[in-house]
Amino acid sequence: MEGKKRRNQIIGDIVGLILTAVIFLIPFYFMFVQSIKSKKEANRLSIAWPTELHFENYLEVIKHGNYQLVTAFKNSAILTVFTVLGLIVTGAMAGYVIQRRKGKLMTTIQSVIMLGLMIPASILPTIRMLQSMGIYKTMFSMVMIEIALQTPFTIMLYRGFMSSIPVDLEEAASIDGCNRWQIFQKVIFPLLKPIQATIIILVGVQTFNDFTNPLYFLPGAANTTVQLTLYNYKGQLGNNYNLLFADIIIITVPMLILFLFFNKRIVAGMVAGAVKG
Amino acid sequence: MTKTKEKSLYSVWFVVPSLAIFLIFFLWPVISSLYYSMTVWNFETATFNGLENYKLFFTDPAMSSSVPHTLLYAFATSGLKVVLAFFIAIFLTSSIKTKGFIRSAVFFPNLVSTMAVGLTFAYMMHPTKGLLNVAIQGLGGKPVDFLGDPKVALWGIILSDVWKGLSISVVIYIAGIQSIDQSYYEAASIDGANWWQQITNVTLPLVAPAQNSIIILSLIGGLRTFDLIWAMTGGGPGFATDVLASVIYKQYAAGFYGLSTAGNVVMLILISIIAFPLQHFLNKREEAIR
Repeated sequence: MEGKKRRNQIIGDIVGLILTAVIFLIPFYFMFVQSIKSKKEANRLSIAWPTELHFENYLEVIKHGNYQLVTAFKNSAILTVFTVLGLIVTGAMAGYVIQRRKGKLMTTIQSVIMLGLMIPASILPTIRMLQSMGIYKTMFSMVMIEIALQTPFTIMLYRGFMSSIPVDLEEAASIDGCNRWQIFQKVIFPLLKPIQATIIILVGVQTFNDFTNPLYFLPGAANTTVQLTLYNYKGQLGNNYNLLFADIIIITVPMLILFLFFNKRIVAGMVAGAVKG
Repeated sequence: MTKTKEKSLYSVWFVVPSLAIFLIFFLWPVISSLYYSMTVWNFETATFNGLENYKLFFTDPAMSSSVPHTLLYAFATSGLKVVLAFFIAIFLTSSIKTKGFIRSAVFFPNLVSTMAVGLTFAYMMHPTKGLLNVAIQGLGGKPVDFLGDPKVALWGIILSDVWKGLSISVVIYIAGIQSIDQSYYEAASIDGANWWQQITNVTLPLVAPAQNSIIILSLIGGLRTFDLIWAMTGGGPGFATDVLASVIYKQYAAGFYGLSTAGNVVMLILISIIAFPLQHFLNKREEAIR
């Protein structure tokens, strides 16, 4: 009986590894070999190891279009950093009070914000509004939109986490003479660290990988973000598949590094975000 | 805690920044879209034309066909994820030694941008040279024009979506399975339930909360989908893979802003009439099981 169980387990391991390799690793291997092939070999779209290595593809794609990729990385970095910062501050404040205060007003505010988890954004009315405010095609408006779209999810995570922090802390701080802002800033905010880390990563990844919103709200070559370079290069580079895949690899590597370091935190965050609090 | 204390400790002002950004940059455009969808407009002037945009939307097959495509896409990706992820999660919560590695490999695609995944899969699905067709031919099958044949193109994208998005469902299931008390399994095995019976009679009902999250999340994601389709086919061939979100973009690019906004409202309504009742139903089911 024990022997049979062991055998089943080993078979399971082997089958699991083979399936995983075929289904989940080959596409990444394909991306990588494509990126270091010559143009001609990349055109064959095979997974064969290249006859000669062309790591200079990376340099070439970085230089393409007057270093557009560098501009794109700069823009994506600015967008991601400010979105994350904005959400951490506003989301924590809102999640904190929404979880602590009961009553009709808070329930209403909460259900209104949670609508954003389901209903889709209305794109053209947003553009029209940005135009009338004179901020269309600006990084500021792009950051605001990213914040608005990710606010419901962020507040949900903060609110869920807040319920594990005892109320006594705030009461003690209040007796010690802290005002409402000091209580939040000195007592609560530092305690939110674990969920902050999760939110930084999830929001960061989401914003960095966002294609659709920058496509609509941040058009123009100077404003380009990394995901848009992929889309644009597909047209501009024609049959230079090797360069296109070099771009894919350059854009994917930051995510891989992030994943290697924060694997557990990312997975935990995804679960926390999905299971309603 | 008393009401007054609650008020003295927690200021409503703390909610204002979030709420203001959300109302201005999300909710107000959504509400105003109801009006703009009934106009001909160019951002400057809007002329009311009643339900003309909707009429046009539902009579022109290039646009109206996006509704069934969107539904097929959403239900197929959601259904496949709900079923496949369940078995993968069962596998990954068993005593397999390599589960840490497999879990990471299954999870990573989720962090890769949809654009990158879409382009990679589009090349892997190339009608003659693509990896998938090389494999199919190697196994003695006939090559499939995954993205060029209007009958299968949407399924090609659906497969790619499942590949990329499966992992979220898997990790949610895993969390659900791990939270099940071991005593249920012990009781079941004392009653003589075999492995399969334990899965259907213990695991399946008890992961219902996790499963409900997966259904809702993947369905809404599917109904809104845009970037994967845009990366792989751009809605083609013809408009065989056009979904609501791609029609919205195409009408915008063509300068028909009212029509595009009408498409946006159709998506809003479609999601509302599917997601809200479904969530209600799933919550009921969850309570019934408990």
